[in-house]
Amino acid sequence: MAKYLLLKHYRGGPAPVVDYPPMDQWAPEAVDAHVQYMEDFASKLRETGEFVDHQALLPEGTFVRHGGEGRPPVTDGPFAETKDLIAGWLIIDVDSYERAVELAGDYSAAPGPDGTPICEWLELRPFYSAAPTVVE
Amino acid sequence: MNESLLRALIPAVTGVLVRRGVDFATAEDAVQDALVQALASWPANPPADPKGWLITVAWRKFLDASRSEKSRQAREARIETEPPPGPAQETDDTLRLYFLCAHPSLTPASAVALTLRAVGGLTTRQIAKAYLVPESTMAQRISRAKRTVAGVRFDESGDLATVLRVLYLVFNEGYGGEVDLAEEAIRLARQVTSMTADAEASGLLALMLLHHARRAARTTAGGALVPLAEQDRSKWDTSLIAEGVTILQATLARDRLGEYQAQAAIAALHADARTAAETDWPQIVGWYDELVRLTDSPVVRLNRAVAVGEADGPQAGLAALDGVDPSVPRYRAVQAYVQERVGDRRLAARLYADAARSATNVAERDHLLRQAARLNVTA
Repeated sequence: MAKYLLLKHYRGGPAPVVDYPPMDQWAPEAVDAHVQYMEDFASKLRETGEFVDHQALLPEGTFVRHGGEGRPPVTDGPFAETKDLIAGWLIIDVDSYERAVELAGDYSAAPGPDGTPICEWLELRPFYSAAPTVVE
Repeated sequence: MNESLLRALIPAVTGVLVRRGVDFATAEDAVQDALVQALASWPANPPADPKGWLITVAWRKFLDASRSEKSRQAREARIETEPPPGPAQETDDTLRLYFLCAHPSLTPASAVALTLRAVGGLTTRQIAKAYLVPESTMAQRISRAKRTVAGVRFDESGDLATVLRVLYLVFNEGYGGEVDLAEEAIRLARQVTSMTADAEASGLLALMLLHHARRAARTTAGGALVPLAEQDRSKWDTSLIAEGVTILQATLARDRLGEYQAQAAIAALHADARTAAETDWPQIVGWYDELVRLTDSPVVRLNRAVAVGEADGPQAGLAALDGVDPSVPRYRAVQAYVQERVGDRRLAARLYADAARSATNVAERDHLLRQAARLNVTA
């Protein structure tokens, strides 16, 4: 099995293929249908034994770094213009890369404001695995 | 309470329930419930007859779960008169469980999970921790696996090769958690070896013992990989090596060579060398030739190239590498190693950095980065 991270972005990645307004301008039923699709998707993965985790992130964020010995951490941001902004993730544990791509494709078919798939770009990233015992 | 002794009883208990006419999936669930109860209650109240306790509790769990079933009374009447299973029957049942859990219709990951639970006697929570997934996910994976094999007859003859493959995967992959998967795999391989006369089962057990013997030397206290040539050989477990070599020699003498025996032979030759310099590389190349013949695997060809480089010099190693598919994992790392020995440190540093980028685990990535850094400092 191999673990993959499916990253949803608020911004960034290839140009969208379906043009749709921000979610706050959708009909409430369309928002519900979209959220329901995501929940159903996670439930389906629980049933197939492929679910690991999913979380959503707020749009705002702050950069933080060490400020030097005895000094408070330095913060910067939030940045309105950040090119890449992560909205959340889904972590799956699957038999193959092909299965990960298949699931990402399905996940991207969540309905938009008119009920048709929004086809958003999802970023698929493999996790490092455990080190094997036998290598020679 | 010794948990591995408790775990060893699990397949026999499941076998008893199946013999009483309970289907495998239901029996396995009942035994898992009994196991969880045993883990909770035995430390304070150890039973006088652990197996009898497990059978009684598992049977009660089954009855609780199937109260509405009409056949219940008939079943209860039947077990009043049933003779207890003899040792031979118990062995047959346990081996059948192995076959069922490693059935070819299962994906490797499902077979691993089902094997660890139904014959390994691990709890779902322990298996989930070992593979870093939520317990509910692992529970579903196991239920689905049981549904997949629901139509398989318990007494159908199975495929031992898939059982061995599953045990190899348990030994070689997985994060561990609270259960030592390598030791668990060795325990199960011992059990399979005791139930069959298969040479490859013994070969696999020898392979596991010989690799497990090096465990303490394989990583630093901080978790960094230590390559074989640099390992502190005084940390190798000599009793595991002796056991592995004894099993391997007896198995090779039977003249039924297979992949695991050949791999074990290579591990035994490494174990035999008091220092890295004393390694018998020509003999190791000979075993790699056997492995190429047996498996025709590109990974084996890659490892063979390393051995050829050690036996006949780095130029010969490079030549051997020429015939290997460059898309094989760790190809760049081997190329880097051989190029450094040829003397091209700059190229080796670049290849190590490339190899680090395509490593699939963090320990290996860090090891390759250190190699690149070492060469870049002195290049």
